[in-house]
Amino acid sequence: MTGPRSSRRAELAVAALLGLAAVCAAGFVAVYALDSIGHQTQLLGLTLGAAFACLAAAFIAGRRLVAGEDAEDEYGGPAPEAADEIGALVEESATGIERRRLLAGAGAAAGAAIGAALLAPVVSLGPVFDLASMARTPWRRGRRLVDETGAPVAASAVRADEFLTAYPEGANPEEIGSPIILIRLDPATLRLPASRRSWAPQGILAYSKICTHAGCAIALYRAPLFQPVEQPPGLVCPCHYSTFDPATGGTVVFGPAGRALPQLPLRIDRAGNLRAGGTFSGPVGPSWWGVRRGRATS
Amino acid sequence: MVGRAPRKGDVVIRGAARTVDERTHAAPFGLKALRYLFPEHWTFLLGEVALYTFIVLIATGTYLALFFHPSTAQVVYHGSYAPLDGMRMTEAYRSTVHLSLDVRAGLLMRQTHHWAADVFVAAIAIHLMRIVFTGAFRKPRELTYYVGLTILTLALLEGYLGYSLVDDLLSGMGLAIGYAVALSIPFVGANIGQLIWGGPFPGTPDFWSRMYIAHVFLLPLLIATLIALHLTLVASLHHTQFGGGRRTERRLVGLPAFPSQVPRSLGLMFAVFAALFLLGGLVEINPIWLWGPYHVGDGTNGAQPDWYLGWLIGALRLMPAFDVTVLDYTVIPNPFWGGVLFPGIVFGTLFAWPSIERRVSGDRARHNLLDRPRDVRWRTATATAFLSWLFLIFLAGSADRAYVLFGWSYETQLQVYRVLVFVLPPTVFWLTLKVCDELRRNEEVVRNRHEAETEARAAAHRT
Repeated sequence: MTGPRSSRRAELAVAALLGLAAVCAAGFVAVYALDSIGHQTQLLGLTLGAAFACLAAAFIAGRRLVAGEDAEDEYGGPAPEAADEIGALVEESATGIERRRLLAGAGAAAGAAIGAALLAPVVSLGPVFDLASMARTPWRRGRRLVDETGAPVAASAVRADEFLTAYPEGANPEEIGSPIILIRLDPATLRLPASRRSWAPQGILAYSKICTHAGCAIALYRAPLFQPVEQPPGLVCPCHYSTFDPATGGTVVFGPAGRALPQLPLRIDRAGNLRAGGTFSGPVGPSWWGVRRGRATS
Repeated sequence: MVGRAPRKGDVVIRGAARTVDERTHAAPFGLKALRYLFPEHWTFLLGEVALYTFIVLIATGTYLALFFHPSTAQVVYHGSYAPLDGMRMTEAYRSTVHLSLDVRAGLLMRQTHHWAADVFVAAIAIHLMRIVFTGAFRKPRELTYYVGLTILTLALLEGYLGYSLVDDLLSGMGLAIGYAVALSIPFVGANIGQLIWGGPFPGTPDFWSRMYIAHVFLLPLLIATLIALHLTLVASLHHTQFGGGRRTERRLVGLPAFPSQVPRSLGLMFAVFAALFLLGGLVEINPIWLWGPYHVGDGTNGAQPDWYLGWLIGALRLMPAFDVTVLDYTVIPNPFWGGVLFPGIVFGTLFAWPSIERRVSGDRARHNLLDRPRDVRWRTATATAFLSWLFLIFLAGSADRAYVLFGWSYETQLQVYRVLVFVLPPTVFWLTLKVCDELRRNEEVVRNRHEAETEARAAAHRT
């Protein structure tokens, strides 16, 4: 099948492919050495990829030069004699031991205690038994709302059909309880629970920006352009599309979230800036076992 | 060959082999390894693709680790990428943008690493399908199968940690979801979340050190060890093979490792390297400088994870609002269903499958010959139904993209998916049974015709 002539041709092909691989690899080094040329990433990938492709082709073409025939072999089977011998070896080694139960019990106790001792330091990883910190937020009555740059947020800055993100003044904006979403609705359309009537001055509403389903930031505000035919305003999480109704106190209207979005009471100070009127209506962020569902669920 | 006068090069090789053997006594083992037989069918190369991809992952990942800073220290960006200038971000994100845009060959390595991760999981998944559809997991190879499944589980976790470490906007959203899923575990979730993150989300700076050591040391070491164990088991029991010809349950036929399989396998290895570096150089993936840094209060629309986590985001999105509650208290929050129970069912079924099948079929014999999928119709049908269920949930995870692309209402799509996940798998099950039967009937027709023709020809010859 592989006569001397076709074999010689295959040898030449392999040599040519290996040479081409060398050229491509040298090209990679050249492209790497040339600083700030256009499309450097693309050229690097192209030269290195081509070098490997040539190598692959060389090996595939070279198979004909060395390839042997099919061969046969027997599947081995289990070796019960050897397994039994292992068992016998272990059994015989213990023939001199008489108080087996005592030793086994003591061994188990030592193993369990040492295992527990080695596992105990894991508790240092985090406040494993302090779940109260999970419900804490920096919001307090009277705390001013600030934007990303730290400037106070004026009530007049919150316009209809837009949302603003605000943080508590002087607190860490990276805490899960910090970011809130601010929107303005027509006060006549609000259907907040009776206890929250004063929470939305001028129809300005503040909710935790963290979705109660999986903790992503509520980054979408569905603001109907023509109320009579479109869906009502909704605060939407882009991760799993939980949708909350801002007019009714953040109740879930669609999606997998199981709790209402916690609302933050607002008031407007004498300078016209927004301040917190208290703390959130419920725990911020994703739920965990034992968490209160919050006052807005009714 | 023995009788031929050795060439000059041969003498050198023999000398080298003897020198090594005198110091290792490994020649008998080496000879056995060189004579090990590989089946010729192409599907036996799927696992090799995963193996060679893992090599690329280690190589490119090591290069990235030379430039990446696993730190949550807040810095202000003043690098070469103008749109991010003046933005507050973590050192982790800044160093990743820097290694992508300012380090020569950095972006090639990062993109190749990301592509390789996607290909690694894909190669394992397709390899797993071949194993399931042909019954290769049966006795005596159950352990090999369990080890392989464990590698797949760890690969998913490893990939998730990899793109979480970057701390771009998508990383942060993914970690937020991971935290919520951890929290959703009944009775211990909150404590587990506090342990892993070191406190409430987004956690303490220690959390980044933990992710880093897991991503660059613990998980790769574990995966590498399990790969070694997997291959040892494969070699110890020998490869399976498809029946036919001289191949029987007792006799295996294949290409010896040397000289036949080595060039074949090396050719495949370099082809995998070529494909991955071409992808890494030419096809953009995860351009993190466009996403921007993550902050707890930031999110973006149309966020999609890497493909191998698409089934999980699909499950989280598909699940209707349903928490187990007692009075005003939550017991099981919603992310548990899609984030814990669903993958638990999927991997639980996969791990239990050899035992389930043994119980259902009563087959406890040893098998070296593979099944053809059509011949074991109920297994094939179960597998295709299971796959269709997974694929549907995977698709549901991209309903928001379908909304943007085609304008289909997101809510309506989800309602349709919620029905389909119950309707489609039984339909696929039934269809697969029909297809298997049809294929077998066709074979019988062809065989009968062939026999009849041979007979007729023989009869014509006689007359």
